[in-house]
Formats: sequence, structure tokens, C-alpha cells
Amino acid sequence: MEETPLQKDPAEHSATTPTRREVYEAGVRRRSIRIALISTVSVILAIVVLVPLAPGWEAVQRSFFNGRVFAETFPGLLEAFLMNVMIFAWSAPLIAITGLAIALCRDTRAPALFPLRLFGIAYTDVFRGLPVVLVIYIIGFGIPGLGLPRPWNSPYIWGTLALVLVYSAYVAEVIRSGIDSIHQSQRSAAASLGLSDQDTMRFVVLPQAIRNVVPANMNLFIALQKDVALLSFIGPVEIFRQAGVYKSLYANFTPYVGAALIFLALTIPATRYADYLMNKQNRARS
Amino acid sequence: MKLIAGTALALIFSTTSVLAAGDGACAKGKTLTEGTLTIATGNPAYYPWVMNDAPESGEGFEAAVAYAIAEKMGFGQDNVTWVRTSFDEAIQPGAKNFDFNMQQYSITPEREEMVDFSLPYYTSAMAVLTTQNVVDSGAEATLEGLKGLKWGAVATTTAIPMLNDVIQPSDEPLLYNDNADVNAAIMAGQIDAALYDLPTALYLSAVVVENGALLGQFPPGQSESPDQFGLLMEEGNALKECVDDAITELTESGELAAIEAEWLSEATGVPVFK
Repeated sequence: MEETPLQKDPAEHSATTPTRREVYEAGVRRRSIRIALISTVSVILAIVVLVPLAPGWEAVQRSFFNGRVFAETFPGLLEAFLMNVMIFAWSAPLIAITGLAIALCRDTRAPALFPLRLFGIAYTDVFRGLPVVLVIYIIGFGIPGLGLPRPWNSPYIWGTLALVLVYSAYVAEVIRSGIDSIHQSQRSAAASLGLSDQDTMRFVVLPQAIRNVVPANMNLFIALQKDVALLSFIGPVEIFRQAGVYKSLYANFTPYVGAALIFLALTIPATRYADYLMNKQNRARS
Repeated sequence: MKLIAGTALALIFSTTSVLAAGDGACAKGKTLTEGTLTIATGNPAYYPWVMNDAPESGEGFEAAVAYAIAEKMGFGQDNVTWVRTSFDEAIQPGAKNFDFNMQQYSITPEREEMVDFSLPYYTSAMAVLTTQNVVDSGAEATLEGLKGLKWGAVATTTAIPMLNDVIQPSDEPLLYNDNADVNAAIMAGQIDAALYDLPTALYLSAVVVENGALLGQFPPGQSESPDQFGLLMEEGNALKECVDDAITELTESGELAAIEAEWLSEATGVPVFK
């Protein structure tokens, strides 16, 4: 292999003639792109060629990738997805507000407010420790069972409450980690400027903390977008339930695949965006 | 009642013992396990289709029909094994663990494209399950009155097309995973009424739902596509002919009607929607 002179800094070198090191590195890059391409194509080819050779492929194709069933059910699924979007749209702000409130509870420092702190700890421990489905079932059927009159026993209200309880516990923890990431010296500096504890939190700590945890919270909201489907357990006909109805009417699983595609169409861009935010933040920090 | 049941049983045993010997050939080599008929039912299996969740006892309408069909096909009581499946397991592609599956599967043309159904062994009316409170608050047993109710149903049943096509409620119905969840919603007052097949509705209103009541029924003759229950089999199952022959025989000889009279006789007397 060729020796590459390390002492030459590419920045000092003029842009027109690449150094030997740059030429070498470009070669390595081209080579790895080539290898990645070949291996990706061969894996995809293997899947496309080998899977249909399985003896049950035709049956699987008929019940999971059935074009006719797909065409007949997809419009209904899209319509049902509006329900998911609606539930998400009113849950997300509630979760953000509750999560922030719980995080602030946990961060109280005054001795007299210790009960509040205890509440914050208990809240996050309980609701992060329970499966979402369980909370939805218990609250979604339990509270209306107390004998509330309509419309106050609506599954939308109590299902939303269940989502808010669970997700705000996660959001609270994320925000708290953001608050903890702000160095003590900032609070000291704010205090020396004469800011009260409240103002310090409001004008100094929170603006930085929230900005730091935006990507992490994006991830939570992507997860929420999927978990909205769990509300179907207590009655609302959203996309997952609608797909189940079609599955039962057609004795075919294709509607589930249709629903999966609709979910992906929303969650993949959202995930990419969260990644982009995260990378941007990492670059800004380093 | 007892007399009918007695004669029904006598009929079953006298005719089947004669026919069983000659008919056994049809199913030969076509069952999962040679010499045994494997029948699937729900988990749990509900009254009055299967009594006490014990199909082996032969008690309950579907359990009794299953044993009658088995007899016709040449399988004695000892040669029948039971397995349990969910709806999804019954329709998933791949090898099945049952010869036929019996849990109130409604025969529809759409389903028929994916799986095989036997001839129908029961034609069900649809009934409206509600609570006494809803009746007292003035729910009317007319189509117009039904529209105004808040509806619920089990998502995997053919009650849903019936709801949407016949009743056309003004409010979107709420759908649930199983009977237990629908009952919870009725008792919590989240829904006014639920649509079930008549025998299930009768049982739920009498035993399970507090203050339960039946508002009325849609008789099978009234619907364009009545709810007919068939045995579900893997598509292309060679056993289908034998099963169909057995059901035809049971229907023509009146045995099926006798079993129905024994287990589902209460179903008469529920008012009919006009």
C-alpha cells in the first residue's frame, strides 16, 4: 500500500490539486459504496426470489397482499385514519402541558412543596410502569362505569385521559432530564441578577431545557401516534379497528397491511425529521 | 320440552347407528389424524352454543350438532377431539390444526373466497340487546327508534354490515373486541344497544348484563342476506363434501331441527321489528 503523508494539512493545500491522501480516501469511499451497493442488491434479490419459492407463499400472498381486497378497503381505512389524527391532535397538546406540569412538580426545591415533589415521583413511577392498554381499559371502562351521564362517559374523553396520563409521565421525565442538563451556574447567575426562583425557571432554565429535549419528545409523539390505535379497545372505530372489521368481513389480513402502510406514510417522515433535529443539535453542541 | 328433547336424542342415536357404519368411507384419509375428527371451537365457547365451555359433553347447540355430524361421517363420540382457535387463527394462511371450525361463523361470499364453508346448520335472527333503563327512557322498537340509539357491536361479526345497512344509526357505532367488552360498555351506559345473534342476545340479557332486556329481533327472512352459520374449513378441504352430506342428511331427517328445538327453543317469543 502507498504511504500517505500525514503532515500535510488539506486546508493549507490549494483546492484545485487534491493531496495524495485525498485521492486515497476518495478511492476508499468509492470502494465501500460499491460494496454496500452490491450487498444491498443481492440481499433484496435473495428476498424477492427466495420468499416466493416457499410452499405457502401463494396462500400468504392471497391473505396478506390481496390486490382486490386492498383496493376495496383502502379508502375506508384512510377515512378511519382521520379519527387517529383527530385523537392525536387533541391529545398531544394536553400531554405536553401535563408533562411540563409534572416535570415542574418534580423539580420543586422548597421544603414546603415536598408533597408536590412526592406526587410527581409517584405519578411518573406508576404511569411509566403500566402498559398503555391496561390504563386504557381500566380508565376507559372503569370511570364511565361509575354511572356518569352521557356525554361525560364517552370513550373518547376517558380514552384520551388514559393516553394523557401515560404519555405525560414519559414527557415529564424527558423534560426533567432537560432541566437537569442546565448547569447550576445558570441558576446562580440568574439569582445574582435578582431573579426569583420562579423567574429563573421561566426565563433562564426552561427555554434552554425545552430546546434540548425537542428531538427526544418528537420520538415520544411518534410513539403516541401509533398508540392512539389502542383506543379502539374501548369502542372508537379508528384505523386499526376498521382494518379488523374488514379482516373479519373478508376473512383476509390485507386490510392490516393497508393500515400499516398508512401509518408508515406518516411515521417515517416524522422519524426522519426527529433524526434531523437530533443531528443538528449534536452538531451545534460539538 | 323434555319429550321433544328425548325424541330428538332417540332419533339421533337410532338413525346414526344405522348410517354410521355405511357412511364412514367418505371421510377416510381426509382428516388430520386418521380415524379422528378434530373440531375447533372458540376460546371460551359461549352458551348456548356450548354449555359450560365443555364441548366434549355434547351439550349445547353447536356441540350437539358437531357430534351429530361426526356420527353421520362415521366418527363415534370417542373419535372426536376438540381444539380451540380464535377467529384470526381460523383464517390465517398455512396448515390448520382442525378438520372444521365451529363457532357461529356467518357464511358470506367475501369470506367464501378465502376459506370454505359447509352448508348452513343454523339460520339466525339478529336481536337487539339493551338495558331496562334504555327501554324505560322511551326507546321505541321501531326502525326509526333504533336509528336514534347509540350502537355497539363486536367488531369481528356480521352484525356490522347489518347495522350499517338496515338500521343506519345517526351516530357512529362503537366497536369492541368481544362480548365481554360490549357488555361492559352497555352497563357503563356508553352504548344503548348492541346487535347480536338471537341466542347469544337472549343469554346475555338474561344472565350477563345487569337489567338486560331484548328490544326485539330481525327475523332471518327479513334480511336480504340472512345470517347463516356454517362450519369453516381450510379452502379446498377434501372433507367438505362429507360434511355437506352429513348436514344435508341431518336437515332432511329433521334431526337438526330437533337439536335446535332442544337447545335454542327460547328464541321464539321475542317481538319482531317491523
